[in-house]
Amino acid sequence: MTTNSPSKVHITTTINGQQHELLVPGYMSLLDTLRELIGLTGTKEGCLDGNCGACTVSVDGRIVDSCLVLGAEVDGKEVDTVEGMASPDGLHPLQQAFLEEAALQCGICTPGFLVAAKGLLDNEPSPSEDRIRHWLAGNLCRCTGYDKIVRAVQKASS
Amino acid sequence: MVATYETKNDYKVVGNTPIRHDGLDKVTGRAVYGGDVKAPGLIWGEVLRSPHAHARIKKIDTSTAEAMDGVFAVLTHSDFPTVDEREVSTGEDVVNLKRDQSNIMANKKVHYKGHVVAAVAAVDRNTAQQAANVIKVEYEVLSPISNVDDAMADDAPIILEGLVGDHLGEEVENTNVATIFRHEFGDVDNAFANSDIVIERTVSMSMIHQGYIEPHNATAIWAEDGNVTVWSSTQGSFGVRAQTAGMIGVPESKVRVNYVEIGGGFGGKTKVYLAPVAALLSRKSGGRPVKLIMDRSSIFEATGPAPGGKIRMKIGATKDGKITAADTDIMLESGGYPGSAVGAAGLCVFACYNLPASKITGYDVLVNKPKSAAYRAPGSPQASFAIETVIDEICEKGGFDKIQFRLENAAKEGTRRGDGVQFIRVGLEECLESAKESDHWKSPIGDAPEGKARGRGVASAYWMNGGGKSTCDLMLQDDGTVMMNEGSADIGGTRTSIAMQAAEVLGIPIEDFHPSIPDTDSIGFTGVTGGSRTTYATGLAAYNAAHKLVDELKGRLADLWETETANIKFNEGTFTANGDSIGIQELAGKLDPTGGSATATASVNLAEAGNAYGVHICDLEVDLATGKTDVIRYTAIQDVGKAVHPQYAEGQIQGGVVQGLGWALNEEYFITDDGAMANRSFLDYRMPTSLDMPMIDTIMVEVPNPLHPYGVRGVGEVPISPPLSAAAQAIKEATGKSYYELPVKPGRILEALNND
Repeated sequence: MTTNSPSKVHITTTINGQQHELLVPGYMSLLDTLRELIGLTGTKEGCLDGNCGACTVSVDGRIVDSCLVLGAEVDGKEVDTVEGMASPDGLHPLQQAFLEEAALQCGICTPGFLVAAKGLLDNEPSPSEDRIRHWLAGNLCRCTGYDKIVRAVQKASS
Repeated sequence: MVATYETKNDYKVVGNTPIRHDGLDKVTGRAVYGGDVKAPGLIWGEVLRSPHAHARIKKIDTSTAEAMDGVFAVLTHSDFPTVDEREVSTGEDVVNLKRDQSNIMANKKVHYKGHVVAAVAAVDRNTAQQAANVIKVEYEVLSPISNVDDAMADDAPIILEGLVGDHLGEEVENTNVATIFRHEFGDVDNAFANSDIVIERTVSMSMIHQGYIEPHNATAIWAEDGNVTVWSSTQGSFGVRAQTAGMIGVPESKVRVNYVEIGGGFGGKTKVYLAPVAALLSRKSGGRPVKLIMDRSSIFEATGPAPGGKIRMKIGATKDGKITAADTDIMLESGGYPGSAVGAAGLCVFACYNLPASKITGYDVLVNKPKSAAYRAPGSPQASFAIETVIDEICEKGGFDKIQFRLENAAKEGTRRGDGVQFIRVGLEECLESAKESDHWKSPIGDAPEGKARGRGVASAYWMNGGGKSTCDLMLQDDGTVMMNEGSADIGGTRTSIAMQAAEVLGIPIEDFHPSIPDTDSIGFTGVTGGSRTTYATGLAAYNAAHKLVDELKGRLADLWETETANIKFNEGTFTANGDSIGIQELAGKLDPTGGSATATASVNLAEAGNAYGVHICDLEVDLATGKTDVIRYTAIQDVGKAVHPQYAEGQIQGGVVQGLGWALNEEYFITDDGAMANRSFLDYRMPTSLDMPMIDTIMVEVPNPLHPYGVRGVGEVPISPPLSAAAQAIKEATGKSYYELPVKPGRILEALNND
């Protein structure tokens, strides 16, 4: 059985440090490329129009809404997702702080917040509360009211 | 009969803040949510939705979609079995199967824009979307009704044909008002006539959405043997089982609902939208697993919302600051089918006050908007906004301190709620005292910068909390750890708050518990995670199961020690008898000769719950040039009974406050003349972001609930209610203008300021 999909694009991309060679349908978002082709379902679908941040990933060190990026666009680029944050030595300090500060309730926005917050702390190790709130304004959380998320990021910052 | 308890004072586990058992999976991306479900041979479903808010379906032509490559099945309402007007419980509210079947797939008429008219299953999501879009539907467009006034007008078009309304016990045909009810006591008219102050206002509010970040989803397999397997993001798997089985016409025992993690619900994931569609598509596709994920605009247009509406509120008081009477008409929008939260609004509306005379009339009104669903303390926020707005004016007119006035008139043990129910021990007075003594209330608000003005608002609210049915199984494993199964969907750490209550009984560290939430074939019936019932009711099931496990272990130990069970005592994790003693975890390793691992199970069905009260203080700054508002300080005081996990309980309060502030300041369904929701995206439906909010301070008051051994009350819902009025009164104080319509958005503030 054939599908109605347009032709596919051949890409080579590095995801969480591991190289992948993929045939991506031209219409397919980076979000679906990660979730459906690679099986990395830690990156979440929330709105598919770039307004909730649940699908936040890092592309060459810059955070993006993966629902607004085509899979074909990450050819030759490095993609980092929530699944790449912990190391064999343990959790990333942000992951640990989110647990200790109760910064998640349902947890659906958590991967996006973690990747976004890492993008901040990688470049600014000691941001102010206002800076954290400004940086994370592209990520919606409906459960926590943000208080404990901001505190967790503060705790993980040096 | 209702059991009551003497509350403990010394706790080993309860009151601590262990890290939740599912936390690791949720910070690493391993946790499996509904959208993450994979199954061999999975195909995708998609639906076609009505572009009209009110229309008759004349013809549906599915032939082009059926002929498309990659399409397995096309579905319309005619593929559903005929079901009676039977009602099933979702655990929180009651669903009329016939109407809900028409709600998830329109039958002859569409009642709102976004109403599903057909569905397809295809090889992938993209193909399914393309196939749904080539289904042709002919409509006869009818004029839409967008508010309660138009719906109740004499010549209003009838939305649900055949509806027979219950208007104060009278059957009424040709109506958009499904129900009118009344609770009344005392002589209201006489009391108003003898009042020094009487204020009457009408407030109104738009529909708003729960706004959970995870979209609705469902995956289903309808196998050749007639068994149906479902995965679906839900607050209650048993509710999905009942609604799915009912709508597709199979016995509940044929449907197994697997637990998947849920990405927020707030009441909106108690109703079922996709699972029956997925099941029928699967059957038509030869038993292939079919998955559907709803897009965000459809979530706004066709699921949720909390009802908007109109509330008339009249309150009288003496010049000494005593309320004499209260009278209200609550008209809430149920959406395209009957069943708004107006009933619960009627229970909540006067529940903060001890009234000599009270009259509550509720109207459940159909409009051409999505069928409303529960949203966190359903009905309480609307009711709280109405009464607290008028109470604030009474305080100003009478020169009463706003907290002292509430204290003088506070509901307490023995006070009758508007429907006649008499309160057991409640903690409103303690909350008000705590508010009065709080640093926030005692601190001046401070001067606003040039061009801005500040104000402070205070408001209280009530939610009755829920009890209901829950099950918990415990198994003591031979390494001394405990396997725990319980039936409640975990939306905020309840695996842990439930396990902590069993751990407290057993004297086993919480880290040695392994909580799981099994499928509906593998755990006893458990209602939805809703009504703030989970830590209370499922926690009580865990408490009871733990006591049963202790009894079982005493029997085993009696064999090992060759003594009578009655001789064995158990205290803080240690069994003793006749000078012998053994710790429970050590005993676990010695059970083999007595029959292997010890198990216990307990189910509860709790008719009552401990009522919840909250009192909130809001400081807010208004930009007088733009109308923009910024909350600068916020304190939520709440009686939690006993905070099992104080950090998670506080998180519930903070989250509820911010949802309430969104409701007060920004969120609304902006409806166009043709009945469409204009702002159906997260960009235009403006939920609070991290940048919009300050830290949210909480004060947790602990007045033990006599219905629970640790005094637990529900926590999650009531904090959404006070912010509506607290924020509105703060803006009133800042601008000198009154606001009777929500949200109090910048445009409304500017309009009020410019009307000088």
